[in-house]
Amino acid sequence: MTGELFVVAILAVPAAAAALLALLPDGRASAWINIVAAFASFGCALALVGERPAAGAFLIVDDLNAVFLVISTFVGFTTSVFSASYIAHELETGRLTPAYLRFYHGMYQTLMFGMNLALLSNNVGLMWVAVELATLTTVLMVGIYRTPAALEAAWKYFLLGSVGIALALFGTILVYLAARSVVGEGLDAMAWNVLVAHAAGFDPALLNLAFVFLLLGYGTKVGLVPLHAWLPDAHAEGPTPISAVLSGLLLNVALFAVLRFKSVMAANPAALAPGPLMVSLGLLSVLFASFMLYRRQDIKRLFAFSSIEHMGIITFAFGMGGPLANFAGLLHMTLHSLTKSAIFFCVGHIAQVKGTQQMSEIRGLTVSHPVLGWGLTLGVVAIAGLPPMGIFMSEFLLITSTFARAPLLAIALGLGLLVALGALLLRLNSLAFGEPHGSDRPSNASYLPVYAHLGLVFGAGIWLPPAVVAWFRHVATLLN
Amino acid sequence: MDPLALDIAHLFAGGLVLVSFMLLYQDRMTGLVNTFALHALVVSLSVAWQANIQQAPHLYITATIALVVKAIVIPLALHRIIVRLGIHRTIEPVVGIGLTMLAGLGLVALSIMVMLPVTAQAGTLAREDLAFALSVILLGLLMMVSRRNAVSQVIGFLSIENGLILAATGAKGMPLVVEISVAFSILVALIVIGIFLFRIRERFETVDIHELHEHRGEQP
Repeated sequence: MTGELFVVAILAVPAAAAALLALLPDGRASAWINIVAAFASFGCALALVGERPAAGAFLIVDDLNAVFLVISTFVGFTTSVFSASYIAHELETGRLTPAYLRFYHGMYQTLMFGMNLALLSNNVGLMWVAVELATLTTVLMVGIYRTPAALEAAWKYFLLGSVGIALALFGTILVYLAARSVVGEGLDAMAWNVLVAHAAGFDPALLNLAFVFLLLGYGTKVGLVPLHAWLPDAHAEGPTPISAVLSGLLLNVALFAVLRFKSVMAANPAALAPGPLMVSLGLLSVLFASFMLYRRQDIKRLFAFSSIEHMGIITFAFGMGGPLANFAGLLHMTLHSLTKSAIFFCVGHIAQVKGTQQMSEIRGLTVSHPVLGWGLTLGVVAIAGLPPMGIFMSEFLLITSTFARAPLLAIALGLGLLVALGALLLRLNSLAFGEPHGSDRPSNASYLPVYAHLGLVFGAGIWLPPAVVAWFRHVATLLN
Repeated sequence: MDPLALDIAHLFAGGLVLVSFMLLYQDRMTGLVNTFALHALVVSLSVAWQANIQQAPHLYITATIALVVKAIVIPLALHRIIVRLGIHRTIEPVVGIGLTMLAGLGLVALSIMVMLPVTAQAGTLAREDLAFALSVILLGLLMMVSRRNAVSQVIGFLSIENGLILAATGAKGMPLVVEISVAFSILVALIVIGIFLFRIRERFETVDIHELHEHRGEQP
């Protein structure tokens, strides 16, 4: 019974907070309400891990979405803490007016609501609506500064995102058609648990076609190459908390949708194996993004391309399948969310202090702003996949498990990782070390979210708690 | 099912594909918006007919939304935008109209060849409807890539949406169709508000998407 209560709460809290924040004029109180609401959602997500309600017609909590929910609400919470200090600065400098601030906070909680609903939904149609809602809120937030560049980014994101979402809906309709002849008309033919249970009887040809549309549709939202064009612009031009949430969470939610449909495909022996499609898109993303890293001049675009690379790695891992690769994929996804949002927290403050996002203008951060500079350094070391940080472990696990099954793929993936490592370290060298350049006024940043995330990533690299290992291992076998 | 009822359903669905082709060769803004209003009218008739033959009264809501929002409100709003922004002159296509039409023919052939074999079990009504719907979606995508102008891209997207509604209503008994069409209407309203509110013209002096690329911010 308490499980149902938490499910309702995890949706109702952000929805109520969104309404309240949209009406509340005071900026300082809004930031606090935002933090409290995000924390309450995180608490509900943790409670749902232990206490699961029975699957309903619209909502479900199972082992897979519990992982995503916890990550999503946790990063949502820490980002709201970061957002409070970031937004206070934007208000001081006049980049955002109080009216836009109200809009921003309302949209932040609406985004949280959309993502939680997409993760919890037990209905393919409802999930589609929730992903659309989450996309729209981020489109509006990307354009919030109303500079020409921000408007172009929002417009591009909007058009590409809409086309993606349209393709995904067509795929969803095809899945319903495939299910209808077995399950019968009505809500059951769109429910996850029913779909997976009866997938063996579905028409394989229809299911194949549906998966192609779904992979392209939701893949656009994951940012897989060649559907990634919106992602760097959207990350670079929006407020940095939104970049953190986009990279850390929204991409995961879209990937989650792909995974759900993958498990339906996998339950039908006659249908096309979804793995090779995902592996090739993933590998293409890794290789393309890692080479593109060298040509970036804008710091947020650099890390946006790094997100494309990492989403490629995760898609690759889930495409390979098998308990080991799935485990690596889950671990990588968790650690990437934590690390990338920590990096964006640093980058946000750095861009505010320096007044620019051009990397040529930012030098010697460890000298001028030691706490921020070292935070960024640690984050980049982690995201580049160097030991002892956790991402090294997940990448190592993925490469070794791939090497045993398809050595050529492992070599290609390894090449992509090395190329990206080179680009990131090259950039880090000029950003963090050497003679300071540009403004050196102190930053009133909140360092807690940055170091909390990095601490977790470091901890995961040294020692993973057995409970987490057992949990991830269980989910990894479920995904097969 | 009554063969005449099926024929009428196919007439509307096929008509939608035809109007999609008409959208492709419009070279005036006003003509484009008017043709889109016709597109929305055909889709709403098609949905209303489906509601009738499937005995699914909730689909009448979808048909009404399509009629009111997309055949009346959106075209009126777009006309106002066009007059305000002074862009009622010609549309600059990226490739020639003839080539676009040929590509469109290829896409329709492709969607029929893809959809008909795989939907053999789905029942006659859904089969042809889905093939037509996929054609409309692909033609809309073609329009979005072959036009540089923001308003024509929006109309391309709106025609994709009409194709999706055709597909969703063709899949008999699909739940949440009304909810999905409402969600889509919100999306559509946002696009139109987006053009207004973001005032692309005032910021960029043009609604030509090509020009927007200058502002990418990647240049030093």
